[in-house]
Amino acid sequence: MSDILVRIDGKEVEASQGMTVLEAAQSAGISIPTLCHHEKLEPFGGCRLCIVEVQVGDWMKRVVSCVYPVEKNLIVRTRSEMIDKIRKMILELQLAHAPDSPELLDLAQEYGADKDRFDKEASFCIHCGLCVRYCDEVKKKNAVGFVDRGIRKEISFIPEIAAKECWNCKECFPLCPTEALQAAFVLTKSLTSPPLSHEPSSEE
Amino acid sequence: MPRINSPSELEKLRQGILSDRDPEKPCITLCSGSACHATGSGDVAASIETEIEKQGLSAELDLRKTGCHGFCERGPIIVNHPEESCYFQIKPEDIPEIVSQAVKEKGIVERLLYTDLNTDEKIINESEIPFYKNQKRLVLGSNGSIDPKSIDDYLAIGGYSALEKALSQMTPEQVLEEVKKSNLRGRGGGGFPAGRKWEESRNAPGDIKYVIVNADEGDPGAYMDRSLLEGNPHSVLEGLMIGAYAIGSHEGYIYVRQEYPLAVENLTIALKLAEEYGFLGKNILGSNFNFNIIVHKGAGAFVCGESSALMTALEGRAGEPRPKYIHTAVKGVWDNPSVLNNVETWANVPLIINKGADWFTKIGTEKSKGTKIFSLVGKITNTGLVEVPMGITLRDIIFEIGGGIPGDKKFKAVQTGGPSGGCIPENLLDLEVGFDELSKAGSMMGSGGMIVMDEDTCMVDVARYFIDFLTDESCGKCVPCREGLRQMLKVLTNITEGKGNEGDIKLLEELSEVAKEASLCALGTSAPNPFLSTVRYFRNEYEAHIKEKRCPALSCKELITYHVDPDKCQACMICARKCPADAVDGDKKKIHIIDQEKCTKCGTCFEVCPSRFGAVNKISGESVPPPIAEEKRIITRKSKEK
Repeated sequence: MSDILVRIDGKEVEASQGMTVLEAAQSAGISIPTLCHHEKLEPFGGCRLCIVEVQVGDWMKRVVSCVYPVEKNLIVRTRSEMIDKIRKMILELQLAHAPDSPELLDLAQEYGADKDRFDKEASFCIHCGLCVRYCDEVKKKNAVGFVDRGIRKEISFIPEIAAKECWNCKECFPLCPTEALQAAFVLTKSLTSPPLSHEPSSEE
Repeated sequence: MPRINSPSELEKLRQGILSDRDPEKPCITLCSGSACHATGSGDVAASIETEIEKQGLSAELDLRKTGCHGFCERGPIIVNHPEESCYFQIKPEDIPEIVSQAVKEKGIVERLLYTDLNTDEKIINESEIPFYKNQKRLVLGSNGSIDPKSIDDYLAIGGYSALEKALSQMTPEQVLEEVKKSNLRGRGGGGFPAGRKWEESRNAPGDIKYVIVNADEGDPGAYMDRSLLEGNPHSVLEGLMIGAYAIGSHEGYIYVRQEYPLAVENLTIALKLAEEYGFLGKNILGSNFNFNIIVHKGAGAFVCGESSALMTALEGRAGEPRPKYIHTAVKGVWDNPSVLNNVETWANVPLIINKGADWFTKIGTEKSKGTKIFSLVGKITNTGLVEVPMGITLRDIIFEIGGGIPGDKKFKAVQTGGPSGGCIPENLLDLEVGFDELSKAGSMMGSGGMIVMDEDTCMVDVARYFIDFLTDESCGKCVPCREGLRQMLKVLTNITEGKGNEGDIKLLEELSEVAKEASLCALGTSAPNPFLSTVRYFRNEYEAHIKEKRCPALSCKELITYHVDPDKCQACMICARKCPADAVDGDKKKIHIIDQEKCTKCGTCFEVCPSRFGAVNKISGESVPPPIAEEKRIITRKSKEK
């Protein structure tokens, strides 16, 4: 694979074909904030926090770096007035749902986001989909999924699968940038009858 | 029906069909599209059949149930051939007369003819009626003359001759070049040049390529794609087949929303017949080209009209958009090159192949060629589907074709481009309709929805309505759309309820900017348009709501009050009797007063108060005058008293 030279925040970065801008930046130690990204998972492009400015020739556009593939002579700027403004708003919108999330609060500080800008609707979940995608892509169990759509969308455990798989796994727990997963899991547990089994899964 | 194996067999079949048909034989065509079904075309069809039987005219008179004629305001519509006399708003009781006149030479049913609104003259032919006269019905035109369930009807008007021409006289490259040269742009919303999309797919690596019809028409009030699929499904199939040939695809999908049962039915019949006749399957018309089409029914999500969401749904997953930095034309369904075009775009293809790109580019503006079908709805006299050449002005569409605003009301704005389009004000009515022109005005072509609004429409409420629709239809995957719209809807709702704050407009603008810049798909990036275009042209209405708690259009319920003018009230008791909330206090000869505590602002009193009195006022932004003193409420009418 031939190397592709890109310039990120003024720094020459060698990337290879098929890499995303985010991966290229991370390989060079340049940090771009993310919420829905995980190295073991397919890029999702949902939180939009990793938005950056790219320039090809004279043409500048804003793209989300976790899904945008590197190309020859690409110039990337990871911060700008507009980028910061977008990130600030995204954080403020998310903080209405998860006002106590340490990850969000740290980022809020960096981007000057006001955690109280929007009325609180504490649902905890910020729909990053990490648990859902991890269970699907890595564990291949699909014990947790999204239900409904838009502003009514929420994560939910599928009791039949969760009863068998989750108790001995819980690998998605630490992925959650808020507390949503625990809440949902506890909820499902309480709804599941008979209670979740402590025995190891019979499958595999 | 034996399969047609060659162009010559097709021509022979076509000649056979034509020679069996006598163009002079009387035939009643009846609009049987969904809109006319709703106004009783099914019953009308049944009475025509009974009447033909009863009058013993089975051998002399044909009945053809066609697709939508477009003039839905006046449906059900009948056109009698060969005279082409047309009748509107037909009821079963009109049928005996229509049937008996149909077989007479020059027989006309005078009373059912269209009456010109200005001249009061009766008009016999469809083509002379102002609604139709100013249209250019290239794509929609055949809807009124063929039975969509009959492939022979389509063949009789030259159907599948473009496919035959492409397969037997043109290479795939030539077909592609012709479409590129025509500068046909996508009719589904984006306006992306179809030829370029096709070329990108053709050149993309991979043996498996797909062509797809986007028939997930979800814009409120828009139904042009439905009418085409219902009324002329073969024209869409033929376009798709030609596209597949140009791109090198052997499998096509039609993604049609399940809320369109008649379209699905007619499509399914058309596919079956096309397969029987040999237009689908292996070695089509002896050309070695193989192609099949699968119909996929949508599950009711507006966002699936977005190309990548549609493709995700086709794969059997939840219809959520995905990033398109690599175009779907290169990496689409199951990561294979996939060309998605809208119903109307595909239906244009046979015309371009048959008549040539040079003919096509003569119609329209420099950058928008051909015609566009709009569904003209809202506060408009002639509701219906209109097909017009690009470059026509909005004024001509609304006033010449649409007949203007009913009820002596004033035009206020026209909303184009579906829910994420924008509102265009009166001073831009001379705007020429084209993809770029509409975008420049802050709206868009979209798939062709055109909602006309009169002076009673509150523009803030319009923005709230469309943002509400989009909030409901957002898939929820990305933050700027899901959360941004959630907040925008809250703010807009507050404004229309008189709870708006200083700074709300700025907040809405900020949320709009982020949604436009950072959303994942076009639903999100265009979602702020209803707000942005209304605040651009009607900012004073926003300010009146926020600062004065006044709705200038007297439309927002929370901001209006109804009040009886004591000087005009004749104490007739009509409003008091009709008020569903029992909020009108009064008696005969006792001036009425509305109890504001009880009033639900339904507007009934305002509507029922006789216009010669006009005693009920709708007010906004001012305090209600105090009720008049009890002793002054008694009316003494000298003339009527003994």
